[in-house]
Amino acid sequence: MSGVPQALETVNVVEFGGYAAGPHIGKLLGNFGAKVVHVESKDRPDGFRLQYPPFAGNKPGLNRGGCFSFFNDSKYGVTIDLKKPEGLDLARRLITWSDLVVENMRPGVMQRLGLGYEALAKRNPRLVMLSTCNMGQTGPRADTPGFGSQLSALAGFCGATGFPDGPPMLLYGPYIDYIASTLGASAVLAGLIKSRRTGKGCYIDMSQYEAGLLFMGGALQDYFATGRQADRRGNDDAEAAPHGAFPCRDDEWLALSCWSDAEFTALAKVVGAPELPGNPKFASAAARRDNKQLLEQLVAAWTRAQTAEGAAEALQAAGVAAYPVVTMKGLFSDPQLVERAHWRVRRHPEMGDQAYAFPGYDLQDLPGDIVAPAYCLGQDNEFVFRDLVGLSEAEMQAYTDRGVFD
Amino acid sequence: MLLSDVLIVDATDRFGWMAGRVLADLGGDVVRLEAPGSDRSRPQWRAFNVNKRVLDLDPEKPADGARLEALLGKADICLLTPRSGYFAERLDPDALRARYPRLVVVVITPFGRSGPRSDWKASDIEVMAAGGAMSMAGEPDGVPLRVSEPQSYSWVGSHAAAGALTALFKRDTTGQGDLVEVSAQASVVIALSHAPAFYDLNGVVPSRAGAFMTGRSIKGARYRVFWPCKDGWLNFIFYGGVAGRRTNEQLIAWMREKGAELGPLADIDWARFDPTKADQAAVDAMEAPAMKFFATVTKREYLMEAHKREMLGYPVSTVADLVTDPQIEARGFFQAVEGEPGGERHCGSFAVIDGVRPPLRHAAGTPFEDAKAKPGRAGGQS
Repeated sequence: MSGVPQALETVNVVEFGGYAAGPHIGKLLGNFGAKVVHVESKDRPDGFRLQYPPFAGNKPGLNRGGCFSFFNDSKYGVTIDLKKPEGLDLARRLITWSDLVVENMRPGVMQRLGLGYEALAKRNPRLVMLSTCNMGQTGPRADTPGFGSQLSALAGFCGATGFPDGPPMLLYGPYIDYIASTLGASAVLAGLIKSRRTGKGCYIDMSQYEAGLLFMGGALQDYFATGRQADRRGNDDAEAAPHGAFPCRDDEWLALSCWSDAEFTALAKVVGAPELPGNPKFASAAARRDNKQLLEQLVAAWTRAQTAEGAAEALQAAGVAAYPVVTMKGLFSDPQLVERAHWRVRRHPEMGDQAYAFPGYDLQDLPGDIVAPAYCLGQDNEFVFRDLVGLSEAEMQAYTDRGVFD
Repeated sequence: MLLSDVLIVDATDRFGWMAGRVLADLGGDVVRLEAPGSDRSRPQWRAFNVNKRVLDLDPEKPADGARLEALLGKADICLLTPRSGYFAERLDPDALRARYPRLVVVVITPFGRSGPRSDWKASDIEVMAAGGAMSMAGEPDGVPLRVSEPQSYSWVGSHAAAGALTALFKRDTTGQGDLVEVSAQASVVIALSHAPAFYDLNGVVPSRAGAFMTGRSIKGARYRVFWPCKDGWLNFIFYGGVAGRRTNEQLIAWMREKGAELGPLADIDWARFDPTKADQAAVDAMEAPAMKFFATVTKREYLMEAHKREMLGYPVSTVADLVTDPQIEARGFFQAVEGEPGGERHCGSFAVIDGVRPPLRHAAGTPFEDAKAKPGRAGGQS
């Protein structure tokens, strides 16, 4: 897809499913040159296309969804009607072309379609396949469908967010899905490395729930070792004090933390209260935690008169960790994200210009890119099946006549 | 195992621990460098450095320096956090690349290697703020929040692992290593899902929603997401659509079976229920009997019943709930290290490969012994 060499340019990927947890894996591979084909059908397009805003110009449409496009740049889009036998035949031909299949349908659906790993590996022993779903492919609740936003509650994230005397808090969107997809990218890359080295593929079963638990690993380990149950504790930290978010001018907020008495001394000077470290109430981290409310009032009295940017700069210059609480608007002008070209604008045929997010990593010698905007539904049927899979004109026509691309 | 021929040197601080853990869980042989006498007792250290072996090293000492060079000469991947930590100034990424052209050098920093704030100090809370996550968590008119269990270290570590393997895949083709540059701030942005697209496409700035779902009703009503129950909290939402219909009908059926008071819920036709059209009074009236009913239900009862009835919704778990979840137990996710059944338990490997969860091979803090190395490879393969 890209005109310049890329790290994964020899990798062919097919995705079945939709929403976040599968497609984000393909995006991470596509950003580094893999040829990724996302399979939908005109009858059942990816649920992210229509079910969630935003839409370009606030006009809903199959090819106007910003939620869908955000996770489907740098790929090809095809439509196959998997309810038709000829559609399944075409899907198998596409899979034979591929090195990797990623699917996030309910457990058992791919097998029922005859597209389970065992059947596919018979045709292509080098194939790597990853299935990702809420609970994993096995276990008493394997068949549980669900939304990532709710699974984030089951996995402990919502319970760990908020104040001790208040309710749990929502995290935006299907938070846990992106944990599973980012870890899933590593799993499939490891599978591909092994497949290239040994000629033997593998089947990877990713439970989004279990992937999420790894991100709760510290709290779980603490419980295993001591029986302590970590609860939500606002922005408090067991070690640092102060540690939190403080209000600034213009409804902005600043996050800051002090990890030593020396850092607190530096902060005290910046906020115009150099006497604070000499006060027994603030002389140690433990004392500062005991007098948290008073300390936070003193710090906030200074931050309220500052811009978040100005306060962060002053504190960082003094050696104190601090950063503005960046909003969704601020992400597009943050100097560090601008520096690494995190947002890359590409022109979509119906949506117009959109800023696509680049992954958190890049390679120095063979850098990745947003190599194409998201695709319209079925946009690449001709190219993928004729040029990549190698169907003849007659075959293309036969599949068209049977409505396989519908 | 998938990465059983891959040797990884992990010289990172807290920002990099997860990267090595992910690679170890996929079968990589991870040798973690530690300053002699460093603290290895904390739960976070043990959670994210299990499955690795530890080499105590003072590179200033000639003998240790030689050991390190021998190790790096055989390594495939080297994980670094050059902004902080004991090895920050002792292992220069560019020098390593020059000395070991086949090595994949992974450089993990809070904000990237270049740019006006690249040398800014940060811990988890500043990175969660910088990546936008704090602006999306907390009450709408209250203080922005982070998740109390640090997340940014896990986000950046997971991205670093994916970047490392992208470069390793390429090296297998070209013979050339690469430098993988990883920003914690940029790695957190994916946690926001598609929220940034609202601003980019339509100029709308999404913000934190607290414990309620807003933005669904054209009349501005907010829907409860978290409900107090007998022993904690539940997550349940009165959704619309096909999935919402099934869930809502099943809740009413369950309430009827239990003899719960239904109030206005008894008369709602869920096939026609449209959450976008309700005002706050109507939503409050719907939610009141559900609130009363959920107060009589335990988290585990809700988990099992919701599964049986194919309802959407889960309890809000505590860590104690997680370690006794039958689904997790059935899949053997929590594990002691292989061969030590009574030993310290951990999250197991995150992926099941060909029906088998790769075992944890090394207890947290297991010393790396050069003497055990197989010929031709430092440290050998497990």
